[in-house]
Amino acid sequence: MVTTPPPGDLAALCVEARRIASTVVDPEIPVISIADLGILRDVVVAGDHVEVRITPTYTGCPAMNTIKTEIEQALATAGLAPVQVRLVLSPAWTTDWITETGRRQLHDYGIAPPAPGGDRAALFGTTTVPCPRCGSTATTQLAAFGSTACKALWRCAACREPFDYFKCH
Amino acid sequence: MYTGSITVAETPLLRYVLGRADDALVLGHRLSEWCGHGPMLEEDMALSNMALDLIGQARALYTYAGEVEGAGRDEDAYAYLRDVTGYANVLLVEQPNGDFARTIVRQLLFSAFIDPYWRALMASTDQTLAAIAAKAEKESAYHLRHASEWTIRLGDGTAESHARAQQALDELWPFTGELFTVSAAERGLVDAGIAIDPEALRAGWHAIVARVAGRATLTLPADGWMQRGGREGRHSEHLGHLLSDLQYLQRAFPGARW
Repeated sequence: MVTTPPPGDLAALCVEARRIASTVVDPEIPVISIADLGILRDVVVAGDHVEVRITPTYTGCPAMNTIKTEIEQALATAGLAPVQVRLVLSPAWTTDWITETGRRQLHDYGIAPPAPGGDRAALFGTTTVPCPRCGSTATTQLAAFGSTACKALWRCAACREPFDYFKCH
Repeated sequence: MYTGSITVAETPLLRYVLGRADDALVLGHRLSEWCGHGPMLEEDMALSNMALDLIGQARALYTYAGEVEGAGRDEDAYAYLRDVTGYANVLLVEQPNGDFARTIVRQLLFSAFIDPYWRALMASTDQTLAAIAAKAEKESAYHLRHASEWTIRLGDGTAESHARAQQALDELWPFTGELFTVSAAERGLVDAGIAIDPEALRAGWHAIVARVAGRATLTLPADGWMQRGGREGRHSEHLGHLLSDLQYLQRAFPGARW
């Protein structure tokens, strides 16, 4: 049984909700948290409850429903209420929302992180993508659309391994 | 048991939002039909990825339509419970996939239109539409590049691929005029800065298509009589078959959830 806290406690609830929501990881890249991925936009007091705001990477990202459910479950497990998770669209997510920690985590997991400055020039630029395994820049794109909506498939000519590249967006 | 169709209010903004959502959903569904049938694994994934982007855009727009209408309807109600005449997509997107060349040319003609369209709509005075456009334009940019590269490869490929790409261009061309039509109701939204005037994008669209077609050694058809009617709910026979596939489950098992 969870009771509604008096208004003064909402600020404390907010802090705790942010801490817990930050620990939820991306279901398709389980080494990076939604905070480092830039999906967790804000945790604010909204009227009589705390609102956790998340934003989609791609509009069709099938992981968003799972992420929303996992946040709700994590908050419920911690006994936090009343909290609501809401999807916000603006400002639009870009790969620049990924933190430095997040980029390192992607790299260590074998996914080449996106080039920073994800404007339209970088989107289609000829930026070299270093191989996350051996570091070689002798790499080529095999397919612009990869294993998930946010990744492209690349191949390293030096170590001969294919790898995922987190698309600039 | 069978779920009947819903009728939605005919307010200009709702009609406009549903039209854009229907474009995305119907084209997304068409591309999803390639899943498991692509000419190679990479293309199978590319077409499915793009289908996912388009269906995602449709979801955002249908959800907003629900807010605009204020009748308590969610995205699924608009997608699954409107009949053919309630759909307001352009006829181009409902045309059958045909062969790979036809799918690619259809994708080129639509992407070359919708990519600059979303970018222009980012300046909409409607904050939600501007936000959705800001998401969608990044995705449509990838779609346009994909379709451009394949059109060039097919057109400037073998005699067989060239002939198929040219035939697709010739047959789909009469469906491009409708992209630039604006209904009287939509005109009011354009004047209010909510929607944008597609006519302002026509020259840019033509330039993109002409440049790609040129590199693909394809000949642009002459502008003749253009098909229209989709925005007003008058569709080709193809949409009914598509919707029977798309809507079957919710119609046969009302309110099914899992």
